Amino acid sequence: MTQIALENISKSYGDVQALQDIDLIFTDDVTTAVVGPSGSGKSTLLQTINGLVRPSRGSVVVFGKPINYQRLPELRLRIGYAVQGTGLFPHLTVETNIALLARLAKWDAERIKVRTEELMKLVNLPLSYAERYPHELSGGEQQRVGLCRAMILQPQIFLLDEPFGALDPMTRNEIQREFLHLQRSEARTIVLVTHDLREALKLAQRLVVLDRGRLVQHGTCGEILENPANGFVHSFFQSQLAD
Amino acid sequence: MRTLIIFLLLFFLLGARALAATDQAVVVGSKHFNEGYILSEIIAQLLEDRGVQVERKFGLGGTLICFEALKNGNIDIYPEYSGTLAEAILQLSRRVSYAELRGTLKEQFAMDLLDSFGFNNTYAIALSRSFAQQRGLKKISDLAAHPDLRFGLSYEFLNRHDGWPGLAQTYGLAVRPVGIEHGLVYQAIRENKLDVTDVYTTDGDIKKFDLFLLEDDKQYFPQYLAAPLVRADLDRRIKKILGELAGTITDDEMRALNAMVILEGRSFAEVAHLFLSEGGLLQSKRQRVGESKWVTLFYRTVTHLKLTFVALVAGMVVAIPFGILAYRVRAISRPVIYIAGLLQTIPSIALLAFMIPLFGIGAIPAIVALFLYSLLPILRNTAAALFSIDPVLKKVSIGMGLTAQQRLRYVELPLAAPTILAGIRTAAVINIGTATLAAFIGAGGLGEPIVTGLALNDTSLILEGAIPAAILAIMTEWAFEGLEKLMVPAHLLQKPTE
Repeated sequence: MTQIALENISKSYGDVQALQDIDLIFTDDVTTAVVGPSGSGKSTLLQTINGLVRPSRGSVVVFGKPINYQRLPELRLRIGYAVQGTGLFPHLTVETNIALLARLAKWDAERIKVRTEELMKLVNLPLSYAERYPHELSGGEQQRVGLCRAMILQPQIFLLDEPFGALDPMTRNEIQREFLHLQRSEARTIVLVTHDLREALKLAQRLVVLDRGRLVQHGTCGEILENPANGFVHSFFQSQLAD
Repeated sequence: MRTLIIFLLLFFLLGARALAATDQAVVVGSKHFNEGYILSEIIAQLLEDRGVQVERKFGLGGTLICFEALKNGNIDIYPEYSGTLAEAILQLSRRVSYAELRGTLKEQFAMDLLDSFGFNNTYAIALSRSFAQQRGLKKISDLAAHPDLRFGLSYEFLNRHDGWPGLAQTYGLAVRPVGIEHGLVYQAIRENKLDVTDVYTTDGDIKKFDLFLLEDDKQYFPQYLAAPLVRADLDRRIKKILGELAGTITDDEMRALNAMVILEGRSFAEVAHLFLSEGGLLQSKRQRVGESKWVTLFYRTVTHLKLTFVALVAGMVVAIPFGILAYRVRAISRPVIYIAGLLQTIPSIALLAFMIPLFGIGAIPAIVALFLYSLLPILRNTAAALFSIDPVLKKVSIGMGLTAQQRLRYVELPLAAPTILAGIRTAAVINIGTATLAAFIGAGGLGEPIVTGLALNDTSLILEGAIPAAILAIMTEWAFEGLEKLMVPAHLLQKPTE
């Protein structure tokens, strides 16, 4: 089943065209990275998938059906979502942050505990952190908690909006390794927005390149690296990968 | 926690009912000044002596508050002056007889103006007794022949149309008076800086400074005869008892009674009792047993807390949802906050006065007024706290699939809690302060001694209410600090910068 398809979508804010005529099917069960210079509409595109942004034209098909904008929470519970700067709730402990959705879904305590611990182990978080508050953790640790929280309900789709953007290179490297590990442990369709092409190439199998709201190229990493669609893609890759 | 709040609510609601329930007692009101308290206390003690159950609602601000309260049936009796009724209530420009006044009140307001106590508390022209004898002055008309006299008159008297301008014309006085603050007049006369001034005929100070009142031989000043003003449908038996007071107090006697309170520092109750027993008006020899000061303080504090707490809880119940609504529905957020702000700008005394036609006097209007005052701080803090939540958190909570209700309950309100709590705390402290004014409309509490103390210019009496009220405010601050620690994780509280 095709889990995510964007059918000819456009989005404008007043006079500003954020997305223009994007027609795109995300390949199931692999990681697709959305790349492009800043302001190219990466984040907007990602947010059309969980309904945070509603396209002005065209339709978004998720889990085989066009999004029903009246029943967004239901859809979103099946889509993991993590953002830059973690977005952890400061008034909740690590454990309650991770388990919030499970608790609202009325899982029993034992199941919540098992799942929470499983996730924490998966991302190398010491279980002793469960009772801590987010501000007591380092940036990398917080990011891991954010990933756990997004995965608690075992979503089939996972949306990541620059999740590792704010981390120092060492930590980022570590988390990226754990991310690959995660991906292998529970296969799912992942859409990753990043401004860092190296990261995209490391974590994703497929790439989507955007420029000023338009889809420029879509394919596997190898295809695009070898056959950039046009001069823009070519120079974008050159500038990002050269140093 | 929830059960505790419900329990407290019930407790205080029952308390408020008990405050309001005064079924059979005859309610005696009084204006907020010395003579008013004494006369009302005389009325109350006389009725009690005859076995009538009495509730005192003393110190009810000015004429309009008392009159409205009587009109609305919140009180049954209060002492009023004929001149005040004619001038301030009926706004008559011509002189009317006592009988005429009585008829109009009955017809228009269903009130009975009973027979006067006998004394006339009007304006009078006074000078020192020795000086009057030395110059042979007895009547106001004698003044015309002494243009060298120094006149110092209160500002109000100087400007009232029934004050100096008419007096000078009637008696053909050509002097130019100076305006002077009334409180300073007596001292000025004693030190021979002034010769002539205006006084009220029953001022206790007349006795103290041994002033002589010139006879108003052209009957320029209107009569201000004091009498019990009652609702027409008041029990006949009670009117009859009050009738015994008719003509029992002369100007001199009233002056003496006032002086006992002002100069000798006796309590109203004591002075009233003395008057009634010396006049042979008491039948049963029941001795008044006063409550101990501490017991009185305790009851006042409990009443004060009840007023404050009921108003605060009601304020929370209304303001928090409206704050949330203001946050959710942008279109109404400004109007809602402006309206709450507008309420806040109404001066407390004015707001209390507005409550009287709607709710009468006593605990209910006071609670309503305090409730209105607590709206703004709570509402504004609630809305502001919700508006200022980190947009990333808002986005994440939406994106992860929480419904609006869930976001509010699990994310937004907990994050806003410290600020909302701070708003409630502000409201609570404002309420404790403002509730002292509620005594003006008969709600009791710690404002009672303050209101009385203001009337008597008695600092120690004012402090008797002001100090406990201040302590209460501080304790409230502490209580809220404790509550904050219980409810809010420490790292979410704003700490003072080091």
